Amino acid sequence: MQNQQPAATNPKPWLDPNEQPFIRISNLTKKFDDFTAVDNVSLDIYRQELFCLLGGSGCGKSTLLRMLAGFETPTSGRIEIDGQDVANVPPYDRPTNMMFQSYALFPHMSVEKNVAYGLMRDGMAKSEANDRVNEMLKLVQLDGFATRKPDQLSGGQRQRVALARSLIKQPKLLLLDEPLGALDKKLREETQFELINIQESLGVTFIVVTHDQEEAMTLSTRIGVMDVGEIVQIGEPRDIYEFPQSRFVADFIGSVNMFEGNVVDDAENYVRIHCKQADCHIHVAHGVSCTENQKLWFAIRPEKMTLSREKPESNYNFVEGKVDEIAYMGNLSVFRIKLTSGDIIRVTKSNLLRRDEDNISWDETVYLSWEDTAGVVLMQ
Amino acid sequence: MNATTLIANVMRLLNRSGFRARSLVIAVPFWWLFVFFLIPFAVVAKISFSEAIIARPPYSPLYTWTEDGVLQLKLFFSNYAYLLDDTLYVSAYWSSIKVAFFSTVIALLIAYPMAYYIARTTERRRNVLLMLIILPFWTSFLLRVYAWIGILKTNGIINNILMSVGITSEPIIMMQTNFAVYVGIVYTYLPFMILPLFTNLVKLDPSLLEASADLGARPMTTFFKITLPLSVPGIIAGSMLVFIPVIGEFVIPALLGGPDTLMIGKVLWNEFFSNRDWPVASAVAVVMLVLLVIPIMLLRNAQNASAGAAS
Repeated sequence: MQNQQPAATNPKPWLDPNEQPFIRISNLTKKFDDFTAVDNVSLDIYRQELFCLLGGSGCGKSTLLRMLAGFETPTSGRIEIDGQDVANVPPYDRPTNMMFQSYALFPHMSVEKNVAYGLMRDGMAKSEANDRVNEMLKLVQLDGFATRKPDQLSGGQRQRVALARSLIKQPKLLLLDEPLGALDKKLREETQFELINIQESLGVTFIVVTHDQEEAMTLSTRIGVMDVGEIVQIGEPRDIYEFPQSRFVADFIGSVNMFEGNVVDDAENYVRIHCKQADCHIHVAHGVSCTENQKLWFAIRPEKMTLSREKPESNYNFVEGKVDEIAYMGNLSVFRIKLTSGDIIRVTKSNLLRRDEDNISWDETVYLSWEDTAGVVLMQ
Repeated sequence: MNATTLIANVMRLLNRSGFRARSLVIAVPFWWLFVFFLIPFAVVAKISFSEAIIARPPYSPLYTWTEDGVLQLKLFFSNYAYLLDDTLYVSAYWSSIKVAFFSTVIALLIAYPMAYYIARTTERRRNVLLMLIILPFWTSFLLRVYAWIGILKTNGIINNILMSVGITSEPIIMMQTNFAVYVGIVYTYLPFMILPLFTNLVKLDPSLLEASADLGARPMTTFFKITLPLSVPGIIAGSMLVFIPVIGEFVIPALLGGPDTLMIGKVLWNEFFSNRDWPVASAVAVVMLVLLVIPIMLLRNAQNASAGAAS
């Protein structure tokens, strides 16, 4: 399979203002009667990106994808693919292909016929199409299954047929709707890496829709988090996880402990926040543009807190609580700590020792502390 | 002892005696078919082997006890031979099959777009349309066929409209022609074609059509490559529901057809009621059944074979 697209020279094209986006979505809105599924979305996606649209069900991510494929017509706004406005281009003339959530394999056709379908529609000679199909089936490790019908395949095999079928025409843009949704956890993890390998070897631009934040994290170059029809944050996986811009994003991606508090000291290079509810003072080691007494939120991930029996010496960045529940997960343990206010704080601890004689157990009084750079201050 | 333990104990007793609840479930349709289909058929088959006599009932008994205590069994195959002798019967069978075939094809061509539309439209409109399809069943079949006489006859609705608009100056003769028979049959049996097609098409996953379009197929190609092949079971079911009863159809050709409309149902009726030749009429019925059963069996076998190969 030859690579038809120029190799990406820049690993992070979105940081380069001179780079031309491959897909340009501007002010895109889709309304179904009174319901706004996609609300004024603008988004640039670059060549060879593996872009994830992440959001809960009904957030509009699938509608956005379907507009890219041409199955839905936008109410307003523009979609440009490779410089071409595709508003009036029907699905069968678009340079995109889609891998469906249900795979949508044709049940009356064998695996090879399914995969060859796109090529036959373009009027390719049978022998040439056959070669391409065999090559593609080898790529997705399905050689030997060519004559089977879809209902004779396992879920994972079907998923790979769907992938092969959507890649066979070497689309400029591949749209994947929850590509791994129907697979079990183990197969999912394997397939994620397979998907990345295939994407890199073919150099196709991928847009993946998913509700699974772990999947989005492992797969993507960038993630767009969606909520009620809008994109609330776009960024690399690490940015989204470590520097969420809103409580929604912080809460949606991974788990987070949220402290609501008021600014008590606003200096140039630090902020002090008092959280009345949890009765704790928070010191943040960088300046935040805020005013004194302003209400804001402090978000901190469970793995960025330390659990101990001894009260820390400093006056801030710790809370006291009682162990409410412990969940042993193998690689780590999750502790649910109940504060005197009744709030529950989650903290994880890596299980470094195989046998932990001195483990913290239920109903013990413990202290949770954190570094002054461990959390994020959120305004909204 | 409460009711549950009572039932449990009864079930245990029944199980021990080799009884299975499953056989009870199968027993109901089995006995239904046995009593209302198999026994009447056996009676008809028996009559077809007897001789017509002027008596009551008008056929000879199949077996008799002679005076010296011998059981005499007399089978008259002549009735069947007669069916081949007289070309009337062969041509009646043939024309019935022809009428049934063309009616099925016409009904399919009309029903398919209707079923497709009903399956693809919004749920609210779908229920209304399905209601409209089923609604005619609430009036008598006979009345509906009579209504067609009013529409098709020489001074009927169609001719009146055509002449008042000035398209024709003389009425077009439609009644008592094969055309009227086709109109009546297709009209009457259309729901039997639409409903199985609808149940098939409504199950068709729309994402398959989207996938086809996505891979570069225009709507027409998608229809012939995806929709049509996947609706074959619906087409077969609908066609059987139309083809089989139309072969034996009597009322529609009798009311709308003319003297040259030859259908086996009409021949059968004449044989029974005009000629009072019950044995020949029974033979006609038996042959008709055999002619129908054989293709159905073949079709079922073919379907099972293809279903077996697919799974």
